[in-house]
Amino acid sequence: MKCQKCDRQATFHITDLVDGKPSELHLCEHCAQSFLSPSQEEAAQVLPAMAGLLAQHLAVGETADQLARLDQRACPVCGITYLEFRKHGRLGCPHDYVYFAEQLEPLLMNIHDQTHHIGKVPKRCPQGADQQTQLIRLRREMKDAVSSENYEKASELRDQIRGIEGRNLSSESMEEKDPES
Amino acid sequence: MHLDDLANTSGEWLKGSGPESDIVISSRIRLARNLADFPFISRSTESDRAEIEKILHGRITELQSTGRVSPDTLYIKVGDLEEVDRMFLVERQLISREHAESLGARAVVIDHTERFSVMINEEDHLRIQVMQSGLNLDTAWQQINEIDDLIEEQVTYAYSDRLGYLTACPTNVGTGVRVSVMLHLPALVITRQIEKVFKSLQKINLAVRGLYGEGSQATGDFYQISNQVTLGQTEEELTKKVGDVVPMLIDYERQAREFLIRESHETLHDRVSRAFGILRTAQTITSEETMHLLSSVRMGINLGLIGELEIPTVNKLFIHTQPAHLQKMSGMELDTSDRNIERATYLRRHLNADNTGDPNQN
Ligand SMILES: [Zn+2]
Ligand SMILES: [Zn+2]
Repeated sequence: MKCQKCDRQATFHITDLVDGKPSELHLCEHCAQSFLSPSQEEAAQVLPAMAGLLAQHLAVGETADQLARLDQRACPVCGITYLEFRKHGRLGCPHDYVYFAEQLEPLLMNIHDQTHHIGKVPKRCPQGADQQTQLIRLRREMKDAVSSENYEKASELRDQIRGIEGRNLSSESMEEKDPES
Repeated sequence: MHLDDLANTSGEWLKGSGPESDIVISSRIRLARNLADFPFISRSTESDRAEIEKILHGRITELQSTGRVSPDTLYIKVGDLEEVDRMFLVERQLISREHAESLGARAVVIDHTERFSVMINEEDHLRIQVMQSGLNLDTAWQQINEIDDLIEEQVTYAYSDRLGYLTACPTNVGTGVRVSVMLHLPALVITRQIEKVFKSLQKINLAVRGLYGEGSQATGDFYQISNQVTLGQTEEELTKKVGDVVPMLIDYERQAREFLIRESHETLHDRVSRAFGILRTAQTITSEETMHLLSSVRMGINLGLIGELEIPTVNKLFIHTQPAHLQKMSGMELDTSDRNIERATYLRRHLNADNTGDPNQN
């Protein structure tokens, strides 16, 4: 018997499940190996891909115009556009959950059937949403300043970043939240 | 402790010592976590990733120096490894294939008994994983919760009151927890009942995967059951949901084995004996054939059809006959046909009388 994917002799006879139904595959050793090699993680990627697909699907109600405008929306902190999220199913920063909240809500409902966390709470919570994303935004602005050769601005931003990082470190070592931040 | 030392040992979770370990290979829980001050991986620059890796390396070193994490714990920069070493860690289930193959600064923390590992800069900044032998989800949850607490004392996680732990993919948001149990279900495969089981699991929102590939039967009849939902339920509830279904699966598998023993004892005994015969005499053998035959042998031992072999030895053979393991143990780069010869040699050495039953020997 010939391999179903090339002309070599089929030596592997595999029962694969397609949509839950078994189907017979006859492959040569070479093709069997590439068939069998997809990892758990590749399988797990079905899930993120699903998130992107769902996002696409759930956007159907919008007009083409609305959708085009929505796709252009970019997170002010990390710069990811809604279009990029739809394509890859991965978000760019914690702030995206706030910035795209309206779009994500039906998506979360679809995946989890719930929209509120009731599990574990970290003992140390991030010090307010602003503080949390400020560093991410500043680092991105610094990178942009460097690539546009605006070194003066870049060095100002770097000082600002170091200031915040230093504050974070000292407040961590005291194991107390800074009430001013 | 060095990476090469792992090649000559096997993880605690493979020892076949936990509850129901004739059918349940391992219980695994992983948590997805991100640092609050950095973008998720997809939007992070090369220097962001390097910074994240540096911060976490520092914190882990600190935990080691204060004795809260064992000094034997390995910290490995995955990007610095040779390909064979990265594949070795994938085969060992300590890192994901994605982590092995991606680019940029990334690392893995490995407990020297392989009870836990922490991937740094995988899809999320942190992927913490705990492995237990047999059906032991409660212990796994307890351990991973402690490790999570320990890391959380050192860094600030991205978290919101409403949505919980914030993850790169919305499918993990909330608890960030994935609870999975790996089962060996050869009798359900032989009696063609496995699809029925899959369908009923999917109905209650649980995912099913193979050992190294989705839905494929040729991977030793191993199946992983895990939760899909991560938001709106507590970690304990999610763990219980997976844990509750496992005894039913064990029961189905046992019934199918009893059925086979009762209705086709000769055929089953023949299948097991032939598998054992091939494995202990072959001169060249592929990884796929090995997995397939080892599966029959493993069931044969549990049914008392093979007396002279122990489950931990067979568990170990499933992992140690993978391509990167063979190359690490022989200390040579081997192409496919050389590997098939090396694999057969390795199997003969481990499955022939004077050498069986010692899981610590190579
Ligand atoms: Zn082929
Ligand atoms: Zn963002």
